[in-house]
Amino acid sequence: MSSHAHEHQPLGGRVLTLPFLICAVLVAIAGVILFQRYTQGLGAASNLNDGYPWGIWVAIDVVIGSAFGCAGYVIALLCYILNRGEYHPLVRPAVLASLFGYGLAGLAVLVDLGRYWNFYHMMLPWYAQPNSVMLEVGLCVATYTLVLVVEFAPAFLERFGIEGLRAKLNKVLWVFIALGVLLPTMHQSSLGTMMVIVGHKLSPLWQSQMLPVFFLLTAILMGFAIVVWESVMASLNFRRPMETPVLSKLSGLMLAVASLFVVLRFVDLIVRGQIGQIFGGPQSGWFIAEMVLMIAGLALLIPKANRNRSRALFLAASLLLVAGILYRLNVYLIGFTPAVGPWHYFPSVKEIMVTVGVFALEIALYLLFVKKLPVMHAVHPEHG
Amino acid sequence: MSKSMMSKNRTSVSRRGFLRNAVKGSAAAAAAACTTVVAAPPEANALQRPPKPLPPDAVGLLYDSTLCIGCKACVTACKEVNHMPPDVGPAQQGWNAGGGDKPIYDSPVELSAKTLNVIKAYSHGTGATKDAAENGFAFIKRQCLHCADPSCVSVCPVSAMTKDAKTGIVNHDPSACIGCRYCVLSCPFGVPKYDYNDAFGEIKKCQLCKQQLAKNELPGCADVCPTGATLFGRSEDLLAEAKRRTALKVGEHAHFPRGDIAGKVGGPRDGHEKLVEVAYQTHIYGEKELGGTQCLAVSAVPFDKLNLPTNVPENGYPTLSEGIQHTLYAGMIAPATVFAGLAYLAHRNTKNHTDE
Repeated sequence: MSSHAHEHQPLGGRVLTLPFLICAVLVAIAGVILFQRYTQGLGAASNLNDGYPWGIWVAIDVVIGSAFGCAGYVIALLCYILNRGEYHPLVRPAVLASLFGYGLAGLAVLVDLGRYWNFYHMMLPWYAQPNSVMLEVGLCVATYTLVLVVEFAPAFLERFGIEGLRAKLNKVLWVFIALGVLLPTMHQSSLGTMMVIVGHKLSPLWQSQMLPVFFLLTAILMGFAIVVWESVMASLNFRRPMETPVLSKLSGLMLAVASLFVVLRFVDLIVRGQIGQIFGGPQSGWFIAEMVLMIAGLALLIPKANRNRSRALFLAASLLLVAGILYRLNVYLIGFTPAVGPWHYFPSVKEIMVTVGVFALEIALYLLFVKKLPVMHAVHPEHG
Repeated sequence: MSKSMMSKNRTSVSRRGFLRNAVKGSAAAAAAACTTVVAAPPEANALQRPPKPLPPDAVGLLYDSTLCIGCKACVTACKEVNHMPPDVGPAQQGWNAGGGDKPIYDSPVELSAKTLNVIKAYSHGTGATKDAAENGFAFIKRQCLHCADPSCVSVCPVSAMTKDAKTGIVNHDPSACIGCRYCVLSCPFGVPKYDYNDAFGEIKKCQLCKQQLAKNELPGCADVCPTGATLFGRSEDLLAEAKRRTALKVGEHAHFPRGDIAGKVGGPRDGHEKLVEVAYQTHIYGEKELGGTQCLAVSAVPFDKLNLPTNVPENGYPTLSEGIQHTLYAGMIAPATVFAGLAYLAHRNTKNHTDE
C-alpha cells in the first residue's frame, strides 16, 4: 500500500501566478455583481425576462458546465466499469474537474433561483413532486456532487497522511464508483427530457423525444473531449510529457460517440419529417453550425495517424467540445421561442461577467488543487 | 442502456468484446427508440401516458371577444380583489407620475408579476371594423386558462404549483416555491410570471379568485364585466354555451347571460338580448388545446391573430415528458438493475487492481 503515495504527486510551484491572479480578479468582479443581484433582484444583474426565464446562467453555467463535469463520469466508466486500467492516470484529474464542474453548477443554481432561500425544499420528501424532471435532476446532481467529493477524498487523505481512513474508504469505494456512473447517466439524459415539455416553443430541429438520448451522448462526448483538452493543456502549461498514447485510444471512442450522435440526429429529423427545416427553417444556421463543427471534429479523427498527433487530437477535441456546447445552447436558448411574444433576450454584460466568474473560479481552484494535492500521475524520472 | 447490456454479458466476454457489445447495445437501444418514433403518429405514441380528464367540479371562465368592448373594468377589478400594484410600462412613465413616485394610471400591456389579467387588442389596416380580421380590430383577454393537464404543475419540483382535485383551479404557493421559473418556461400559454425587479420576487398568476369563490362571490373580472364577455361557470356548462354561440347565425337575436352562467355564484343577474352582428369562428379556444383548459374563448377573429398559440397538440406536453420519465424510472427498477451491474463490475475491477 505504501507505493500508492508516490503514484500521484502534487505539481508544486508558485500558486500566485498570473493566470491565477487574473481568475481571482474575475471572481471578484462577479462577486460585486452578485451583491447587486441579491439586493435588487435578478433584473439588476441580468436581462432575464418572462419570455426567457432561463438565460445563460442555466444554459451555460448549469447545462453546459455540468457536461464539462462529465470527465470523471466517462473515465470512471472506462477505468473501473469496463476495466481499462490504462486510463488510470486520467482518473484523478478528471474527478477533480468534475467536482468543480458540478460544484459550481450547483453554485450557479443558487445564483439563478429566484427564491434561493427555499432551495432545500428540493430535499424534503413532503415538498417532492415526483413527476418533475427537475426534481430528479436536482436530487441526482446534489447526490453526485457528494459522490465526487468521496471519489476525490483519497487525494486529500493521501496528502495529509490519513492512511487508516484511506484504506477503509478504498474498501467501499466501489459503491461510490458505481453511483458515480449511474447518477450522471440519469441526470445528464434527464437534462434533455427537461426540454420535452416546452413542446412547440423549441424549434423542431431540436424538439424530440430523443432529447434524453442526445443529451446523454453529448455528455459522454464532452466528457471525453474535456479529458483530452485538459490533458494537453496540463502537458503544455506544466511542461509534462504528453499522455498521447492513452489519449489516442480515447479519441477512437470519441469518434464512435460523435458519429452515433450525428447519425441519430439525422435519423431523428427524417423520422419526424422535419429534415426540410435544415434548409432555411428558422434557426437552421445554428443547426448547420452545430453539425459542421461536429462532423469536422470527428473527420479529423478518422485517419488513425491523427489520433497520435497531439495537435490534431487537441483540435478535434476542441471542435467536438464546441459542437456539444452549441447543441446544448441551441436546445436551451437559441432554438427556444416564447409562447406569446414578442420577447427578446441577449445576456447583459453583468450576466456574462457572472458566468465568466464562475468558470474563472473553477480554473483558479483547479490550478490550486493540482499544485497542492496529489492529483496528477507522477512522471517517470527519465522524463522528469 | 449500454450498462444493462454490460451487466448481462459480464462473465462471458473479453474486455474488447465487452466494449464492442456495449457499443452495439447502445446502438440497438437507440434504434429501438427511433422505431418508437417511426411507429407512432405524432399525437399518440408508446411513451405517452394517458391524458388527464377535467376534475368533476371544474370551473372556469368563458371569454367572448365579440361581446368585449375593451373597457378593461376586469383589469381594474382584478387588481383590486387581488391587491396587485399598478403596472406602468416604460412608454407611459414620462407623464404618468402622480403625487410622489406613485403612478396614477395603471397601464399594463401584457401579463406580468403585477398583472394577472389583461385585455389586449388586435388591429389590422384601418382598424375600422370591430371583430374583423381585415381592416378591423378585436379584443382578447389573457389570464390563466387552468389546464386539465397543466405543464406548470408537472414541472414544479417542490409542489408549489398544484391543481385543486375538485375545482381544478391551478394554485401557487410562494412559501414552497424555490423560484426556478420552470413553470414560466414550460407554460404553453405564457401565463406564470416572475418579478425580476424584486430581490424576493414571487411567481404570479391568476388563481381564479379562489378567495372570492370561497365567499360565494364571483372572480373580479366576471363580477364587473358589463356585457357578459367574461362569464363564470362550470367548465361543462361554459363549453355548452360556447358551442351554442359558435353555432349562432349573423342576424339572429340571442340571449347572453352575465356573471355566473348558473346564476348561483354572486347571485342571479340579468342577461341581455343582442343581435349577432358577425359570424363566430367555429374554433373554441381551450376545448382541445393541449388536453383542454377550464377557461375557454370564442371570437370572430382567428385565434392566431389574437396572439394565442394555435396548431398545438391535443394532448398536454406532460403526457410525453412524464411518459418518458415514468418509462425509464418505473418502480426505479431500471436504475436499480443498472446500479447492481455497475456495483458488481466496480467491486470486481477495483479488487483486481489493488496495486492502484
